[in-house]
Amino acid sequence: MKQLVVLSGKGGTGKTSLVAAFAHLAARPPSDSHPSPVTRLVLVDADVDAANLELVLQPTPLEEHEFTGGDLAVVEPALCDGCGACEEICRFDAIAVRLGNGFPRAAVEALACEGCAACTYACPRQAIQMVPQVVGKWFRSATPFGPLFHAALQPGAENSGKLVTLVKQMARLLALDEAYPLVLVDGPPGIGCPVISAVAGADMALMVAEPSMAGIHDLERIWGVVDHFGIRSAVVINKADIYPEGSQRIETFCRERGVALLGKIPFDLAVTHAMTAGQPVTADSGGAAARAMTAIWHQVLYQLGETA
Amino acid sequence: MRIVVASGKGGTGKTTIATSLALALTDRPILLRDCDVEAPNAHLVLSPQLTAREEVSQLIPSVVETRCTGCGRCAEVCRFHAIAVLGGRVLVFPELCHSCGSCVNNCPEVALDEQPRVIGVLEAGLVPNGPAFAHGVLNVGEPMAGPLIRRLKGWEFSHPVGGGVSADPVEILDAPPGTSCPVVETLRGCDYALLVSEPTPFGLHDLRLMVEVVRALAIPAAVIINRDMPNNRDLERFCRVSQLPVLMRIPLDRGIGSALARGQSLVAVRPEYGEAFRGVFAHIQQTVHGGVP
Amino acid sequence: MQIAITSTGASLDAPYDPRFGRAAYLIIVDEGTEAWEAYANPAVNASGGAGIQAAQFVADKGAWAVISGDFGPNAYRALEAANLAMFIAPAGEALTVRQLIHLYRGGKLQKPTGPTQRRHYGMGQGAR
Repeated sequence: MKQLVVLSGKGGTGKTSLVAAFAHLAARPPSDSHPSPVTRLVLVDADVDAANLELVLQPTPLEEHEFTGGDLAVVEPALCDGCGACEEICRFDAIAVRLGNGFPRAAVEALACEGCAACTYACPRQAIQMVPQVVGKWFRSATPFGPLFHAALQPGAENSGKLVTLVKQMARLLALDEAYPLVLVDGPPGIGCPVISAVAGADMALMVAEPSMAGIHDLERIWGVVDHFGIRSAVVINKADIYPEGSQRIETFCRERGVALLGKIPFDLAVTHAMTAGQPVTADSGGAAARAMTAIWHQVLYQLGETA
Repeated sequence: MRIVVASGKGGTGKTTIATSLALALTDRPILLRDCDVEAPNAHLVLSPQLTAREEVSQLIPSVVETRCTGCGRCAEVCRFHAIAVLGGRVLVFPELCHSCGSCVNNCPEVALDEQPRVIGVLEAGLVPNGPAFAHGVLNVGEPMAGPLIRRLKGWEFSHPVGGGVSADPVEILDAPPGTSCPVVETLRGCDYALLVSEPTPFGLHDLRLMVEVVRALAIPAAVIINRDMPNNRDLERFCRVSQLPVLMRIPLDRGIGSALARGQSLVAVRPEYGEAFRGVFAHIQQTVHGGVP
Repeated sequence: MQIAITSTGASLDAPYDPRFGRAAYLIIVDEGTEAWEAYANPAVNASGGAGIQAAQFVADKGAWAVISGDFGPNAYRALEAANLAMFIAPAGEALTVRQLIHLYRGGKLQKPTGPTQRRHYGMGQGAR
């Protein structure tokens, strides 16, 4: 069982559209001209802040679970005498003594609270408790292309890394139980802890780059992360024809670092059309982007076969 | 006044809008802070002359061996499992540490010091004939953007003598993508949010989430539609129903796309948008100050 | 001498759990008396540092060695500091805890030379 994670650094490069296309391609009946070691896969949408994969896979929800993030400090007003020891000790400006009903009492700013509990230890009256917070949900759904594990984090919540780890773990367990050869993860943008969680344990990271100044810059950053964690990687260039010099720079970058370039996808309005239709690009169109994605999928299979 | 440019979905054009807004407001001191510390891009468009630089560190506990008795109290109080007592020794796991100080505060032997560990860097300077600029760059491999964003927002950097940063510039903050804690960190304390969206299902889906965040923070907001297409009914309807003014619409245009890809700013390739951005700013001023600059 | 084995269930006949930090159960076996006890792993839902928490747990139980499928970077560092020996189950085989103990007794299990990073199930924050 292998894990492939699709990343980018920069947002909006086309990770989700590509993942949906891969899911569709994997689920096609194998033919003699296209024998495939991967005909079933488990899907994970690890972009828990802004989960879009479900918009093109038409999932049927099967299970829903609450997700508890970190803890929140909660003050018991009856026990608090407004001494301010908590305010002094908190390093996140998350608790302060305010006048309420004429009495000074400590009040917590929930969005700022880090969940470290320093205030609970400092409080001489033990007036503060740490309360676990439900900050989102995770789901197991069925799609026409395989099971999908996805999540929704409440806007503004913390611990997206923990939620990413959780949905990946659930996907992995199902894949092992039911002998799926591949777990395919749609990764989040950026390089911080949700991305680090998404990339942990991957057999391969596929980086989707757009050939703009920003896209090239951010490809170097995400490659840095993948390299830092010692994960085998490959690149595809999306919207490759919008800036040909940019595409060239990415090709040079890949060559210099010994990273495989698996293909280039031209800018194609069919991608937006498919998204609006709620379908993977390769299901909705036979155009240039769909053909490029199909060729890339075969390259991906070859590369995965090469991993130990 | 602090204006944040945010979106929810990545790649909708936050940096395009933030940098163009900063460049278009030529009649007053402007400071653009690029708060997307994981993948900062504004400097590629603005080409600032960077003159100030500061490394940002997190404080990480370190053990004073001579005083430590191995009692394990530090490991007990740490909510993040960043400190453990094993084999009679204290082990610190810096990437898990949130620098909250609980372990230090609770050590009965005063056997924990704190040492700085660099997580990223802040840089600032001036754009020639343009706004002042600052950004943060998170070190590759560091998980937490929040502390760096906090420091960037509060950073009062030194600037060249005779040049630019006025005592009270209007600040424009370029936010990271997403809707979770780095975005909230960027939004906190700001006066107005410009939400950049695109008329695709992904764009609308993520705009909805972003609107929840700004409502929760009680920050007034408006929308700018980028890569606008004739079929934008769903997005326009959502904005109407949510009472979000749509302050600008920039069409999907291959010429614009290519220029932006090359690193040009929107107002460089389409100078006529300068007027529109000044209009956006006037609207924001009206909302925040009731017309008083 | 106590040894710890990661398990998917609270029984010696359950398949062993290839993960350490997030193993479902930690079974402690007394090598001399053959008495054993299964504990639900307190670290299984830890947001981070599960390997550290699990290492602390088995160290507190007085184990001198741990048998599992993989040891992530944090777990490896923590177990090494605690002077616990680590043994790796052979890959790809669905062995029971009992079968694994048998292999251990026969000296058939390898020791890792470092964290077994490629099959790391956690949040990845301990790498390098």
